[in-house]
Amino acid sequence: MGLEVSTPWQQVLDKIRTWARVNSPWAIHFNSGSCNGCDIEILATLTPRYDVERFGIKLQGSPRHADVLICTGPVSLQAKDRLLRIYWQMPEPKFVIAVGSCGLSGGVFHGCYNIVHGIDEVLPVDVFVPGCPPRPEGIIYGVAVLLEALKSGKRPERTMTVELPAGFEMPQAEVRQ
Amino acid sequence: MTLEKHGENRFVVPIGPQHPALKEPGHFEFVVDGEIVTGASVRLGYVHRGIEKGAEDRTWTQNLYLMERICGICSHIHATAFVQGVEKLAGVEAPPRARAIREIFAELERIHSHMLWLGVAAHEGGFDALFMYSWRDREVVMDMLEMLSGNRVHYSANLIGGVKYDLTPDMMDKIREGLNYLEERLAHYLDVVNNDETFIGRTRGIGTMTREQAQLLGAVGPTARASNFAYDVRVDAPYAAYAEFPVEMVVAQEGDLHARFVVRILETMESIRVLRRIFENMPESELVTRVPRRIPAGETISRVEAPRGELFYFIASGGGEKPERVKVRTPSLCNWGTVITLAVGHKLADMPMILAGIDPCFSCNDRLVMVKRNRQDPQVWTWADLRNYGIEYYR
Ligand code: SF4
Repeated sequence: MGLEVSTPWQQVLDKIRTWARVNSPWAIHFNSGSCNGCDIEILATLTPRYDVERFGIKLQGSPRHADVLICTGPVSLQAKDRLLRIYWQMPEPKFVIAVGSCGLSGGVFHGCYNIVHGIDEVLPVDVFVPGCPPRPEGIIYGVAVLLEALKSGKRPERTMTVELPAGFEMPQAEVRQ
Repeated sequence: MTLEKHGENRFVVPIGPQHPALKEPGHFEFVVDGEIVTGASVRLGYVHRGIEKGAEDRTWTQNLYLMERICGICSHIHATAFVQGVEKLAGVEAPPRARAIREIFAELERIHSHMLWLGVAAHEGGFDALFMYSWRDREVVMDMLEMLSGNRVHYSANLIGGVKYDLTPDMMDKIREGLNYLEERLAHYLDVVNNDETFIGRTRGIGTMTREQAQLLGAVGPTARASNFAYDVRVDAPYAAYAEFPVEMVVAQEGDLHARFVVRILETMESIRVLRRIFENMPESELVTRVPRRIPAGETISRVEAPRGELFYFIASGGGEKPERVKVRTPSLCNWGTVITLAVGHKLADMPMILAGIDPCFSCNDRLVMVKRNRQDPQVWTWADLRNYGIEYYR
């Protein structure tokens, strides 16, 4: 992010943005080869018993509208490019929550030949939610932890660079004169 | 399988892998002529993890947990199919109470799976109220499963030679209470499905499959039964305790989407009835029998009725602590062929409902490119866009 100017005006804008983000994070969900168990539980958090929309958390269909990528599964080789593409399409700043044991380490699929063994091998993950599958409460707690960190201004350090998958070009914004 | 050569007026609409509500990513391409779909193909494999190979490195007991995690919706039934095959190889039989408990778990799972599907299918059609209601009521079943096993999704109830969890009379009373509530709600949903005008408009006469087609395309489960193809492993080759506590097969004549809704709801009600019957005559016995650690060499098959249809396992043992080969054939795969055939001749707007109609397992979110004649820039669609398109089309 090149625009690191810290004029007072910029600081006020940043505050407003953080406020908006914390109060209504939009999420996108991607299944990178999971067994559906975690995906069902993520979906369950949207339904009346847990209803995360109360907290402003909304599941979004398009990566371009999303702040948070909620990802499940051990990342199968075929889904890997897809996952990277979705990550690249998300606007900055973006956050990743890895849900489920197999998203953490490959879990029960550890040693299978067609997986990458964990989302953190591919993307910088901000929050891990363990469990096979984690309860919906656990997933909500994971999101809450992320929001709490955002509120206090602690941006997780990014030490990882994410490669653009081959054959995929980022659309460039057109500059109109 | 891609469709490349098309006439001048045809356009290919790929639908790809990512949707919050469905499982197992799949990629479809529909060839459209204006509004009408004239060809379709499917590409699967986004969730290929190499489970069958992985099974060869794990012991029989470890495999139980791996098999259970092939699918998060029909988890118990996968483990049951595996365990039954292994028991057959070892020449042991689970005690009667254990078999009854397996049936209880399987039927509870069927209730939860069908209610989940009802919600998802309604969501694809734009009936989000029904989606929310059925998922709210589904939590009742989830509570029962959690009470029995401590888990909401992967119950791990099976052991080789028996089951892990017992049912106390207390639990049965609680489950009965829940079932009464569910039965009431299901009757209401049946009423909605049968009498709601918009709902009928989107389901009746859509995606009709004749009995011959169902047989020819190898459809299984509720999808086939909705086309009057009476085949249910629970009835035709009873396993677990289905011989002592039989279920009645639910079939419908019409073969359209509406029939698939009705069959699944009626099946759920039948599950509730059979659960009540089991609770009344719960057999008494221990929960596990002794099984040798090394399973004798041999080959076997094992068939069970998963919520989506016949699930088939082939297991080969070399006489060691690990299986030599495990082959799984899942019902969703059998049903894909029907979608590809049924799609032809229907409107693009009907596709989400037809796809959801077989209760597929696919969940990766792909893009959908919508190319219109006379239009230079291709529009990229997500599954959500396709769904909205379908809803708007029928508005
Ligand atoms: S963590 Fe467990 S429940 Fe979740 S996707 Fe992986 S195997 Fe399935």
